[in-house]
Amino acid sequence: MFENLSEKLQNTLQKLRGKGKLTEKDIEAAMKEVKMSLLEADVNYKVVKLFINNVKERSLGHDVMDSLTPGQQVVKIVHEELVKLMGEAESKLKFDPNNITYFMMCGLQGAGKTTATGKLAKKLKKDGKRPLLVAGDIYRPAAIKQLQVVGESVGVPVFEMGDKVSPVTIAKEAMKYALKHGNDVVIIDTAGRLHIDEELMDELVQIKETVKPTETLLLLDAMTGQDAVKVAETFNKYLEISGVILTKIDGDARGGAALSIRNVVDKPIKFVSTGEKLDQLEPFYPDRMASRILGMGDVLSIIEKAQNAFDEKQAVELEKKLRTNDFNLEDFLSQLQQMKNMGPLEDLLEMIPGVAGNKKLKDIKVDENQLKHTEAIIQSMTKKERMNPNIINGARRKRIAAGSGTSVQKVNQLLKQYDEMKKMMKKFSSMGKMGKKKGLGGLGGLGNFKMPF
Amino acid sequence: MDKENKEKKGFFAKLKEGLSKTKKNFTEQIENIIFAHRKIDDEFLEELEEILITSDMGVETTLDIIEYIKQEVKKNKVDDTGEIKNLIKKYLVEMLEKHKEVETDNTKQQVLLIVGVNGVGKTTSIGKIAYRLKNSGQKVIVAAADTFRAAAVEQLKEWCIRANVDIIASENGSDPGAVIFDAIQAAKARKSDILICDTAGRLHNKKNLMNELSKLFKILDKEFPEAKINVYLVIDATTGQNGIIQAKLFAETCQLDGLILTKLDGTAKGGIAFPIINELNIPIKYVGVGEKIDDLQPFDANDFVNAIFE
Repeated sequence: MFENLSEKLQNTLQKLRGKGKLTEKDIEAAMKEVKMSLLEADVNYKVVKLFINNVKERSLGHDVMDSLTPGQQVVKIVHEELVKLMGEAESKLKFDPNNITYFMMCGLQGAGKTTATGKLAKKLKKDGKRPLLVAGDIYRPAAIKQLQVVGESVGVPVFEMGDKVSPVTIAKEAMKYALKHGNDVVIIDTAGRLHIDEELMDELVQIKETVKPTETLLLLDAMTGQDAVKVAETFNKYLEISGVILTKIDGDARGGAALSIRNVVDKPIKFVSTGEKLDQLEPFYPDRMASRILGMGDVLSIIEKAQNAFDEKQAVELEKKLRTNDFNLEDFLSQLQQMKNMGPLEDLLEMIPGVAGNKKLKDIKVDENQLKHTEAIIQSMTKKERMNPNIINGARRKRIAAGSGTSVQKVNQLLKQYDEMKKMMKKFSSMGKMGKKKGLGGLGGLGNFKMPF
Repeated sequence: MDKENKEKKGFFAKLKEGLSKTKKNFTEQIENIIFAHRKIDDEFLEELEEILITSDMGVETTLDIIEYIKQEVKKNKVDDTGEIKNLIKKYLVEMLEKHKEVETDNTKQQVLLIVGVNGVGKTTSIGKIAYRLKNSGQKVIVAAADTFRAAAVEQLKEWCIRANVDIIASENGSDPGAVIFDAIQAAKARKSDILICDTAGRLHNKKNLMNELSKLFKILDKEFPEAKINVYLVIDATTGQNGIIQAKLFAETCQLDGLILTKLDGTAKGGIAFPIINELNIPIKYVGVGEKIDDLQPFDANDFVNAIFE
């Protein structure tokens, strides 16, 4: 099921090798695979049909480039078209330059409105705004309390009037409150509702008419299936939404819904919500989403994470040290710490699609404790010992073990690993002279990541 | 709508009401095709494929059905498209009935653990189940083991007040294992018939969170070996193909005994349930058709399929 589209196409189009042009029959076969893949990614059936027709036209008679196999060529075209459809660039939030800015959050039950409201507040606060949150969900038990807890943890005030007052009135009063307290952005959380519930949809319309928000944001779960189109269409019909926030993207759903709604309502996706922590709200990148929908993984995000975590200057220095075989435990420690900056290694693994569902890969467990122990051992060494590990004799080993709360065996193990690493690096550095590579230093392997097309 | 009146309605009427939007769409579409095509040809089958796929059944199940229809057509010489409706209905009912549930041992104390990804309606479903079981004369205790999401405990407390059942809860942020432990002691002491445990929503691909779930099972096995433990996975009817992966990965961590399909009162068709039960061989236990406390009903394969087609 999670076979990569590019692999599938590879198999379908294998016979094409050596052909100069893609013929109609080739395309027909390839498009069947593309169709399946998109449907499995939850792109709406009608959208898939339309999309396939577009791609068919484009690929027909297309020259097969020498550098690419026909399968790769088709994936490239599909990917490009997907990116185009998804909107070219990142879309920013709009603010009212003269008055208080209002954002209104809406969506189905369980889409993640309240959590996203908190995340948005945190982001705005960080950007120097003075946000106010408004508890407009009077229906779900403890929804107000949830917003209060979220508000408190991001240090943003929450305006509420209990669950006996109509949300329209709450919105009205919140406007007065914001004016009085000098808030410049007001985010209104609303109750989750079904798009076919006319009464509740009318309530949203009234709130919208009251506050005249600059942004009316639809929250959509990335795991949504074929119904996403109807949901987005109906919310847009009632409210004329200005954008979408795609939530729970940290799951392994391929998120075809993103493409569907883009196609049906033509509104930008402004953010993606990537976790349960309140700082996990990120801008939306169409190209990455396209790769994800095609089941090719968010490789770019991983690379970016690695780049952010690794200090470029240090990397260059490290590379030099590796080449001159001057790598000591001090360097090793700093590398470990940089690796930790990238966040839990398992998070990184999870961003590769298919890992969670893959039998062979899913048991890969990164033991973060191991890293901690290694760090503790090195930190228990003196500067001299770190620079020149050869001087670490039995007595020193005992002291280091005691200092780090580990055992002499663990210390021995680490030193042995270090020795082996050094040997390996010696080999690499002699190889490296032939094809020198810059950039990611110790995690250089990542630099070898190629997009699968 | 006044509550009294609503409560009196039977399961069938309610499900039909909840599914009416679904039904209208689905049946209307099928009927449209049937009128448009008198003969079963490729074009007809392709349109049928569209309808099935848009129910979130997935490509595989859809192709299975199409294949089945093709065979039936050949075998029984069906040339009337009107027959198709009955064929699909039969096929779907068979699929659901293959997974008859195992007899439960009523002499034992029961534990029901509710799991699922974020926002599918676990807490709400628990409120409704507690209410149902309480009304059927069982002594129910609820454990608030979602200690992670803000105000989840308060939400469950409110449901327990409405359902008039006991709740064992600790503060937000406390250890869910400790809550389960306390709840087991309470279930033993108060001789409850069933202990229903809420758990935090977790994405199935987060290993740490799934491990936390295993820990809860260890506690249950160790502290409450005499109880019969059931685990229900809650699936949102709007979920797409990821639902299958969700179900598979949850099944690896917990021994799943059943599904709860929520939010069937929207326009989503809940077709994802078919590949899930096919894959895991577990029955659908309840369906959620609204936000009120009595909007959860035991699942019945015939009623379910009938409500879609009638």
